Amino acid sequence: MTTTDWPLWEVFVRSRRGLSHTHAGSLHAPDAELALRNARDLYTRRGEGVSIWVVPSSAITASSPDEKDPFFEPAADKPYRHPTFYEIPEGVKHL
Amino acid sequence: MTATVTATAALALGDDALVLSHRLGQWAGHTPVLEEEVALANIALDLLGQARVLLSMAGDEDELAYLREERAFRNVQLVEQPNGDFAHTIARQLYFSAYQHLLYDRLAEGGGPFAPLAAKAVKEVAYHRDHAEQWTLRLGDGTDVSHERMQRACTALWRYTGELFQPVEGLDADWPALEAAWLERVGEVLRRATLTVPEGPRSGAWTAGAGRQGLHTEPFGRMLAEMQHLHRSHPGASW
Repeated sequence: MTTTDWPLWEVFVRSRRGLSHTHAGSLHAPDAELALRNARDLYTRRGEGVSIWVVPSSAITASSPDEKDPFFEPAADKPYRHPTFYEIPEGVKHL
Repeated sequence: MTATVTATAALALGDDALVLSHRLGQWAGHTPVLEEEVALANIALDLLGQARVLLSMAGDEDELAYLREERAFRNVQLVEQPNGDFAHTIARQLYFSAYQHLLYDRLAEGGGPFAPLAAKAVKEVAYHRDHAEQWTLRLGDGTDVSHERMQRACTALWRYTGELFQPVEGLDADWPALEAAWLERVGEVLRRATLTVPEGPRSGAWTAGAGRQGLHTEPFGRMLAEMQHLHRSHPGASW
């Protein structure tokens, strides 16, 4: 395998209707249409999905590990924000 | 329709799928990018699945695939052509998948012995055709080098395309209509890809076209030797 200058794409797959698209992985492709087809071959060939999104990796702005503390640390000691103080009704899935 | 006629037709379609599947499988480990390797292997596996069903309609699938001599294979010569460069593989895919899609679509509607397989396979083949068309557009309308290679491949394989529309006994299809639809579809893709539709003959004395009668081109024997040698070296082996 040689390296190519094809851009990187992030793949999001919706596993079935009613669920949201989740990140499945990334791949290289020359353009969006072929990225979609490559995603179909790489991530849905065992029936994993009903819908695919591909997004240029360069279009994603990510939080930096350096900002971990100011971003996420303050939430850790505020347990009252967590939905852990009531019982989940029976039969509710995907919560 | 007698059982023999059905078996003969199944052999023709099954050999097309088996041989092309093996050719595509030869790309494993050699494609320029990993993503395309998976795509080609995926198509190869779809075809192998079709071949298994079809060869089972004609007899024992393993015996037919691994123990027949070259002259007993009934595939068209197009599918046995070597992979060449990527453009050759894509041109072969373009020509064959356009044909296979039209034929299976017809067989699925026809309700004969091949209808159940064709109805299932036509969806797979629609994707194979889309894959080939997408790549034809990009290679043809790409760089000078990719355009030249794609044109060379389309022209080189053109003479193997007349054979696709030789009537096969046992398949209920309007062959001239299939051929007209094929020419229109492939011509449209080539034109959109800024490629010239080849002008060479597609049938007649100087073209290929005796695969269905068991006559094959020289590279086929070597391909077959590679495909069959394991089974022939270890008869009846299993894991």
